[in-house]
Amino acid sequence: MDVLHHIFVDPFVQMAQAPDLLVQTLWEGLVGGILYALIALGFVLIFKASGVFNFAQGIMVVFAALTLVGLHEKGVPAYLALALTILVMFGLAFSVERLMLRPLVNQPDIILFMATFGLTYFLIGLGELIFGGEPKVMIASELGLPKGSIDLNMLGGFISLQKIDIAATIIASVMVVSLAVFFQKTRIGRALRAVADSHKAALSVGISLEQIWVIVWFTAGIVALATGIMWGARSEVSFALQIIALKALPVLILGGFTSIPGAIVGGLIIGIGEKLGEFYWGPLLGSGIESWLAYFIALLFLLFRPQGLFGERIIERI
Amino acid sequence: MFYREAGQYKTSYAADQATFPILQDRIGIGIILFVAAVIIPLFGNDFLLQAVMTPFLVFALATIGLNLLTGYTGLLSLGTGAFMGVGAYACYKLTTIFPDVNIIVWIVCSGFFSAAVGVLFGLPSLRIKGFYLAVATLAAQFFLSWCFIRVPWLYNYNVSGAIEVPQRSLFGIPVTGPNSAPVTRYLIVLTIVVVMTWLASNLIRGRIGRMWMAVRDMDIAAELIGIRLLNTKLLAFAVSSFYCGVAGAMMVFLWYGGAEADVFSINQSFTILFMVIIGGLGSLVGSFFGAALIYILPIILRFVPAELGVPLNAATVEHLTFIIVGALIIVFLIVEPHGLARLWQIAKQKLRVWPFPY
Repeated sequence: MDVLHHIFVDPFVQMAQAPDLLVQTLWEGLVGGILYALIALGFVLIFKASGVFNFAQGIMVVFAALTLVGLHEKGVPAYLALALTILVMFGLAFSVERLMLRPLVNQPDIILFMATFGLTYFLIGLGELIFGGEPKVMIASELGLPKGSIDLNMLGGFISLQKIDIAATIIASVMVVSLAVFFQKTRIGRALRAVADSHKAALSVGISLEQIWVIVWFTAGIVALATGIMWGARSEVSFALQIIALKALPVLILGGFTSIPGAIVGGLIIGIGEKLGEFYWGPLLGSGIESWLAYFIALLFLLFRPQGLFGERIIERI
Repeated sequence: MFYREAGQYKTSYAADQATFPILQDRIGIGIILFVAAVIIPLFGNDFLLQAVMTPFLVFALATIGLNLLTGYTGLLSLGTGAFMGVGAYACYKLTTIFPDVNIIVWIVCSGFFSAAVGVLFGLPSLRIKGFYLAVATLAAQFFLSWCFIRVPWLYNYNVSGAIEVPQRSLFGIPVTGPNSAPVTRYLIVLTIVVVMTWLASNLIRGRIGRMWMAVRDMDIAAELIGIRLLNTKLLAFAVSSFYCGVAGAMMVFLWYGGAEADVFSINQSFTILFMVIIGGLGSLVGSFFGAALIYILPIILRFVPAELGVPLNAATVEHLTFIIVGALIIVFLIVEPHGLARLWQIAKQKLRVWPFPY
């Protein structure tokens, strides 16, 4: 009885008694969720257009952030470094298409998946070789990102909002909206959607698959850069981020592999669920349940909706 | 010319069903076993035994385990590291609770605990497949990793949070612990790996293996011809986890001599998956090739600059190794997506027709 009480009653009593803490936890979960959603967005972009489950998205985040910070350390002004990093991401997208995707065209999914593993190793080695393995501080203030926090006095307590988190939320929303516009309203966006629907049909109406792949990997690279900047500004730029990026996988499961809104909603559910779970139910099990809670939430969802919240229904034919 | 089945008549069913029906194969495997069991222990130094051959065999066994699941049954799993961990911790608990029982028995028994956990986390495979299943197994990986840190009972409330292998002897010879000779440990690992590989090869040739492959090729069709998906998939998870568990127990008891939870992290799972895919999905001999390539290649790469007289510090070599391994994986996949096992098959075919082109 006591255990049940601790599980089903106590946390909710705590929530009702200290609404300010609840709001604070929700906010932190929201921001964490947005960052998960951004990483997941990169996955979804590439998965939709090329059917590649890009495991390297996490390391692309680290690599982009490292390049930015590394260039700035070498004396390049912040905004020029940003532009150069975007150029580097384009170079990466181009060489990935030319050297990896093109020779592997028409191979089974798992082979392409493994190839992105190879890419991950390659980028880890390259990043460490050029910029060193130790964590770095993101050049947040040089890029004009705000610092400090806003303290709100409400609900009978303090709620402290980091300004960088607010900025991250805004930037992420702007990025998602502009991506949506890009996908829906432009010529290239329409081509991207066509490729996502069917490679063969897209080819037959004269869409260049190679070009589309470069564009989509480049877009994912820019999303990675934005994620890297914001994540780096919240903590630091280090290779540990790559493991955190795996949290994007349960997000994808929740949202479905092919849905951009799914990635966003899934990210928010995972982020908030994780923080609430850690804060209110974590002490029961000993802390640190954050490391696996996301996967369990995803697993529960999978048992009831195997295709995710917004994914296309899986129809199997013999 | 020298390698062909022509002229080798089978006069009994037993001969026809032999594991190695071709004479040259039997000679070849005999030579390999002789080298592994006699030549290497006699002439190899401690470095070769302890840092190259023992880990290679341990990884090969884990790779066979994952190959049974991913290569033969088509279920992608990223929880291998955790299942190895279950084996290691189970073995540690068993040998500290019952210290008098033969350690080899416990190493093999720990596989059963791993199998039970594997079945539990294999349950979602009935509803989901492909990458979705891979993420579901990630839940196992992270949950079990967390358990290895947060459940102090597992490491006997040790302050350091690590498990230290106690000394155990067999016929008066120390087998585990700091006093045991690398040769003894190597021979035990070799014996276990050879026996379990032989079992696996018979398993996949028989009814069970064919059921697994039917499920891999198309599970709905397999169901229609009367294969129970529930039993088949869970059996695959059980056997695969059993192999991984034994490999994990051997890893800690016969190689490391002690371990912390992060030995069995997600990176371990990825390494094993690499070995499976580079070696060849659905091939036992490929498992050995894959383990050799992924484990031994970085060791060799580390020695190359020193041999060439290029002065590089250790960190740079480490990073270069990462780059080269990453690039090699991509190149291998481009050149031969079916893995090293397929290259081996091609080589055998070439040998068969040599000196004629076809």
